[in-house]
Amino acid sequence: MTNQTIPPKPKRRRGLLTTEARDAYIFILPWVLGFLAFTAGPMLASLYISFTRWEIVTPSKWVGLQQFGKLFNDDRFWLSLYNTSYYVFLGVPLHLLMALLAALAINLNLRGIRIYRTLFYVPSLTPVVANSILWVWIFHPQWGLANSFLSRLGIEGLYWLQDPRLAKPALIIMSFWSIGGQMVILLAGLKGIPMALYEAADIDGANTWQRFWRITLPLLTPALFFNFIIAIIGAFQIFTQAYIMTDGGPNYSTLFYLLYLYRAAFENFRMGYASAMAWVLFVIVLIFTLIQFRLSDRWVFYEGDLRN
Amino acid sequence: MLSTNSNPQLLNSELAVRSRTRRRAIDGAWAIFWYIILSLIALCLALPLVWLVSTSLKTGAQTFVMPPIWIPDPFVWENYPEAFRAVPFGKYFWNTAQIVVFATMGTLFTASMAAFAFARLRFPYREQIFLLVLSTIMLPSIVTLIPTFIVFRWLKWINTLLPLIVPLWMGGGAFNVFLFRQFFMTIPYDLDEAARIDGASSYRIYWSVILPLSKPVVATIAVFSFIHHWNDFFQPLIYLQNPQKWTMAIGLLGFKDLYSTSWNLMMAASTAMLLPLLVLFFFAQRYFVGGIQMSGLAGR
Repeated sequence: MTNQTIPPKPKRRRGLLTTEARDAYIFILPWVLGFLAFTAGPMLASLYISFTRWEIVTPSKWVGLQQFGKLFNDDRFWLSLYNTSYYVFLGVPLHLLMALLAALAINLNLRGIRIYRTLFYVPSLTPVVANSILWVWIFHPQWGLANSFLSRLGIEGLYWLQDPRLAKPALIIMSFWSIGGQMVILLAGLKGIPMALYEAADIDGANTWQRFWRITLPLLTPALFFNFIIAIIGAFQIFTQAYIMTDGGPNYSTLFYLLYLYRAAFENFRMGYASAMAWVLFVIVLIFTLIQFRLSDRWVFYEGDLRN
Repeated sequence: MLSTNSNPQLLNSELAVRSRTRRRAIDGAWAIFWYIILSLIALCLALPLVWLVSTSLKTGAQTFVMPPIWIPDPFVWENYPEAFRAVPFGKYFWNTAQIVVFATMGTLFTASMAAFAFARLRFPYREQIFLLVLSTIMLPSIVTLIPTFIVFRWLKWINTLLPLIVPLWMGGGAFNVFLFRQFFMTIPYDLDEAARIDGASSYRIYWSVILPLSKPVVATIAVFSFIHHWNDFFQPLIYLQNPQKWTMAIGLLGFKDLYSTSWNLMMAASTAMLLPLLVLFFFAQRYFVGGIQMSGLAGR
């Protein structure tokens, strides 16, 4: 016998692909077109634009690395990067910690806990514009809720959004109000932890504290990791709060990266400069994400690891 | 991994059973302790909302009183119609509604199509292409902003709703593709095989077998898409400069610029923008939960 193989399942073929594969490519076609038109294409285009000088109305002119040179000599650029880093590296971990505490609280087996779940979640539904306007009012130095409470504690006259030292912390405090989204993702993670592990721990006589550190927290690390990555990428692009509440002030203390980029692109029409900024941010976020993935081996625990 | 493969409704009942049997309900002194902690957090989170609604019903004079008045006296319901007369919120609502409806339709349609291919069909480079889809979740959208703006400007789409709708008809967002795929993979493959033996094409299977079985995930993604487009600020800010085309979000900002000291009217307009979301939340609560559980599993 020659090396005749088993005849393949009869498939209708047209050209090189099976009907199934051809259909599949048609199904993903909208996504592929979208990817080319709104992701890959624009990414390459913005890289090209970052090497040009272009004010939209005038023809673009190739200037090589000049925009990047200008960028790195621009104090405002570094200030916006500092402000954004402050918000990202202080705000995101605190926000995640708050969301974790809230998730642990609403995971308790208490009567009426559903009401608390709803109460904790609802604020995060508030549209960001409404949210920003509301918090300008809360932080109002004279008539705001925040100072009214603090005055009872004997702290008077904070200027929150008008004080360069307090504006960023104020925005971070404000972000705690909308922990709802992250909280429920973490709650789902908590619910997904197999009960058998807790039962086994109970038999071994573990106390609540040990159960938390040895079971709950390690098994929650994948959800924490996922939330952390997505939250960091989102926080690097903080814009709306600063645009509406402080307009970058006072004294540029809330001039965040995206706000500065927005001004360069859509108020001053410096497309080359803004594109250079966009690529610098992209590289920063990419490097940061890769570091996170690398470090995740050390602290993120996957259930599958038990079996391996 | 097992949990990834069960559909959210099964998951819900499974969870309910689990939490009932997990541990005895906490009682006695500890229960009281936890209720106090929970109520304190709830109070902190609820106060800004109460303050929002309370301010929206005050007279102008009552907003400027220290210490603050919590219960307005009288209740000025007139603030709401007044806010709506001050700027054309009706028009903004209509613009927003169009975006929400058409963008959501595009998202549901094209994201589910792509997900169907990734979950149910075999084709060369499937895994690699799906990895590409996933990696775009982590792409900061800012890097594509400027060329996209320039292209839409060249197409003369600035000040039309098209830039806010058309991209959603081209893939509908990587995360939604991911959620659809997760759900589709829970549907038994025997159904496809049986349908194929009966002579059904892939299109037929997608439309008549898989989609009708996927109502929970369709509802979940529809709800999240609604919220996203209702709340979106950045995209409308860039593409809609003509006040005739403004959305609710941009209109609210315009309102703020005009009435910057009428806090009661501003709070009334803000409350009005939040209200439809609250109504949606209370009617579609289970889809929120379903979607969140699916996305929670994204971390695994």
